[in-house]
Amino acid sequence: MMKIIKDFAKRLFYGILGKRNGEVKLGFYGSPNAGKTSLANRICQDWLGEDLGKVSKIPHETREIQVKEKVIMERDGKKVEFKLIDTPGIATKIDFEDFLKFGLKKQEAQSRAKEATKGIIESIKWLDDVDAVIVLIDATSNPYSQVNITILGNLIARKIPVLVVANKIDLKKADIKKIKGAFPDYEVIGVSAKTGENMEEFYEELFKLIKKKK
Amino acid sequence: MVDKKKSVKKRINNSFKKLHKGLTIHFMPYSEIVNKDSIERIKLLMKHVLDNKIVILQGKLKPDQETRLIENSMTLIGNIKGFQGIEVATISGENTGENLFEKIRYNLAKILVGEKDSITIIGPASIVKEMKRDPSQIELLLQN
Repeated sequence: MMKIIKDFAKRLFYGILGKRNGEVKLGFYGSPNAGKTSLANRICQDWLGEDLGKVSKIPHETREIQVKEKVIMERDGKKVEFKLIDTPGIATKIDFEDFLKFGLKKQEAQSRAKEATKGIIESIKWLDDVDAVIVLIDATSNPYSQVNITILGNLIARKIPVLVVANKIDLKKADIKKIKGAFPDYEVIGVSAKTGENMEEFYEELFKLIKKKK
Repeated sequence: MVDKKKSVKKRINNSFKKLHKGLTIHFMPYSEIVNKDSIERIKLLMKHVLDNKIVILQGKLKPDQETRLIENSMTLIGNIKGFQGIEVATISGENTGENLFEKIRYNLAKILVGEKDSITIIGPASIVKEMKRDPSQIELLLQN
């Protein structure tokens, strides 16, 4: 109960404060393990010199909303400022036994599963509070997952500008053409949050996205 | 000898029943949801899913209904024994027309049939292991 009140207060606080400052709230959305926190960390490192959150190979590492205030990006002498909101990955199912495969003990796995379900609910609630969104897709996986379609459908319905980012292009299995083919109506940028590949092109598109909402 | 044969036959029948136990496919025509609001639609779908049924729905949910369905599932995990969430996938008739006339024809047809040209499949994750979707088909993989 306390957690629900805390989360609600957090959304309300950032919502009011964000609107007052005229600051763009940039949400990171996607399936678990798409690399949302890795990309958020890369952005925070490049522009603030610090990380945002912990990353791990175990799905649902981010189980709470993480916010980084006042990220200032500069391009060709122009500046944009935004608030970065990293959300827990959205999934339609969670089985604690899946975490056991990663070496977690039963109790740890159960607790992680419980926190993950709450995180997903929080992510969905934040859809009402973001001004622009980066939808992260794992370039090595099937882009036609219902989660991606549901997220994009909600953003279209709310008229929120979107940038689709295909992450993990450094991996052999990555298929950027397939991602572009799945989302022909969107600008799709391939990056590797891990190696930093193609980040310049990404920043250019991110700059345009933030500008749209200014 | 006869008794032994009967026992083997019984064992085969039982294992067959066990294998298919809990697998019910429920076809839901569009008429069953068209007059229902979001909450009623989700309640109805969840009722079937919690009964361990795979629902084939004629039509599709609105984006906000889809997220509400996910939220609902997340709330139930941990509160209903054995419930691990859902698997869901939707396919729609795509606009493949390349010329203007075909596009107009497709859009006109869409206005007439509404969302009925889509199919949504929803099933409990404890029964449906994975739904592989590509633009034109859905492949259902069941749990062992």
